[in-house]
Order: sequence, then C-alpha cells, then structure tokens
Amino acid sequence: MSDKTVAATIDLLYKIADDLLIIGHRNSEWTGLGPILEEDISFSSMAQDKIGQSQGVFTILHQLGEPEMDTNAFHRSAESFHNAQFVELPNGEYDFSLMRHFLYDHADQIRFEMLANSSFEPIAKLARKIKGEIKYHVYHANVWVVKLSTANKESHERMQTALNICWNYALGMFEESNYEKTLINEEIFVGENELKKKWLENITPFLEKASLKIPSESTWKPVYGGRNCNHTEHLKPLVLEMSEVFNIDPDAEW
Amino acid sequence: MIQSLDPRITRAEIEENNSISPLKDLDQWETYEVFHQKKRGDQHMHVGIVHAPNAEMALLFAKEQYGRRGVSVNIWVVCTRDVFTSDYDDTDMFDVSEKQYREAGGYKVMEKINKYKKANKI
Repeated sequence: MSDKTVAATIDLLYKIADDLLIIGHRNSEWTGLGPILEEDISFSSMAQDKIGQSQGVFTILHQLGEPEMDTNAFHRSAESFHNAQFVELPNGEYDFSLMRHFLYDHADQIRFEMLANSSFEPIAKLARKIKGEIKYHVYHANVWVVKLSTANKESHERMQTALNICWNYALGMFEESNYEKTLINEEIFVGENELKKKWLENITPFLEKASLKIPSESTWKPVYGGRNCNHTEHLKPLVLEMSEVFNIDPDAEW
Repeated sequence: MIQSLDPRITRAEIEENNSISPLKDLDQWETYEVFHQKKRGDQHMHVGIVHAPNAEMALLFAKEQYGRRGVSVNIWVVCTRDVFTSDYDDTDMFDVSEKQYREAGGYKVMEKINKYKKANKI
C-alpha cells in the first residue's frame, strides 16, 4: 500500500474502533441498572461485544504501526478520539439509549457488510467474523424500537422524542474524511455517502412499522466534528473513567 | 443524594430516602420456557425460563441468557401459560416399576451402537 493509502486506512479504522469503544463503554454503564434482568444481561452482553469488536480493529491498527491496543484505548486523551459525537452523549433515559443503539447499530452493520468486501483483507476478515454478533445487535434494536413505539401513547412519544434528539447527531456519523477518494479508489471502503444512503433505506421500514417520523429533511443539520477530534464536554470524563483502573497500574498483568 | 463508589449511582442523583418500593408479586411480564438445540438434528432441550412481554422478545432474551456461553444452533420459546401439564398428585399414574419389560433401555444401547457405526463408517 502507498503511504497515502495506509494513512487513509488508519483514519478509517480509528473512526470504527473509537465508535465501538465509546458506545461499548456508554452502553455498559447500564449494567446493573437495566429495566429488567433479562434486558440488563442482553444489553451488557452487547456492550461487551462492542468492546471486543473495537479490540479487533485496534489489533489491525497496531499491525499498521499504531500503538499497542491497550495503550491506544486507555492512554489517549479525549482530544485524539475519532468517534462521532453521537456515541459519546450521556445515556439519560433508556429510550434514548435504545434509539441510539438502533441508529448506530444499523450503520455499524452496513459498514461492516461493506467492509467484508474490502481490498484490505484484515478488516474484511474481521467483518466476516463479527457478522453474526452484529446481526443479533440489530435484531435486538429492531424488536425493542418497534415494541416500545407501539405499546402505548407515552412510550410512543418517548421514542419519537428520542429519535428527534438523536437524529442530527446520528447524521454526524457519516462525516466525510479527507481520504474518501483514496478509500473508494483503492476499494477499501465505498465511502460515507453510500453508507448513509443504505442506512436510510434500512432504518426507514422499521421506523414506519413503529409509526415514528424521521424529522423533515429541511431541518437536518448533521453534527460533525467527531471524526476530526472535536468533541462535546462529555467525552473527557468518559475517557478518564474508562481508563481509571488501567492507569492505577498500567503494567499490571490481567 | 446517595454518594457511591460506583460513579453511575452517584450520577443518578438518588435521594437518601427514596420512595421506590419493590414491585408486587407477579407485577411483571409472564414467563416463556426456553429450549435450545446444540446441533442440527439434536433434540431441543429445556434450559430455563425468561420473562418477556411477547414471544419475539422472549427469543431475544433467550439468546443472551442461554446462548451466550455455549453453542446453540436453534432456540424455541413457549409461553409457560401454554404448557399443559400433569399434576404431581397424579404421579402414581406413571408407576411402571413392576413392568421392567417395558423399559426402553435397549434404545439407549442402540443409540450408542449407531453412533459408533457412523463414526467408524461400519
């Protein structure tokens, strides 16, 4: 690979790894506080999957010359994370977390489906490996969103409000990088625009089934910045909390 | 406010004297019986129950409760309410202790023999 292609691939992988790590951590904050035992276990287990998936991507980054996995995950300041702002937002109520889970995981699923055909074999291999895991995550999200949105008036209103709050942040996931052309030309990734198009196609039928309305397109204002390391004030405390135990003794053997 | 070593609890800003009381008995979702199949062709085995508001969600929970630590290829969920059962008072109906000639022990041996034959291509 040329230097430019390597740089483009590294940029792409950081986005993916950081999204997974941060949403994995956020969702894990529900552990022990979930609405019922069975859901608590399911949601926690998926959060654990996300961290595991990020581990897979960090391993590939290390192979490309980036720092070792633990260092990269736990020794970086919030200002050098490439996750979308969407995934760092605090949890609030369960409706918000479920809606974010739905919007994020649909994008995650399509991104990895596209990467399964990538010319960059290590990520294609990882994409094929975690396909089943992501399938369950999306199934979980679909069932919950449709069930809650159609249960009663209050739950429907809550889910609609959650969708409205999430929407512009969710669009921010598809912020383009300076490397889009390289990634597309080198057939590493088909690009954020293609991903967004497919995402809208995939989520629409479920939102219709749930009688939820996507905010009208004239009001869309994607919240960009995350991909270029601009974050909300919420990321820093999250990163500190996440790395707290690791930093007590960075050389400890686990 | 409750101050806890768990930052999530502190963040939740829970009053010291909160009025949250436990739910009443059965003030919850009904239960579904979960059966899982380890490999295609095997019998489905009963592994436990989950609480769920409908069958679809029961399947969702069953996958994580009973599928995350072992291999499964398929799961069934059946609403507990739909399982028609015999009464333990009627256990005497099943007493065949003096009719050993009816015992199906032979089948178990055949199963083993067939498995051995298959494995060794006899």
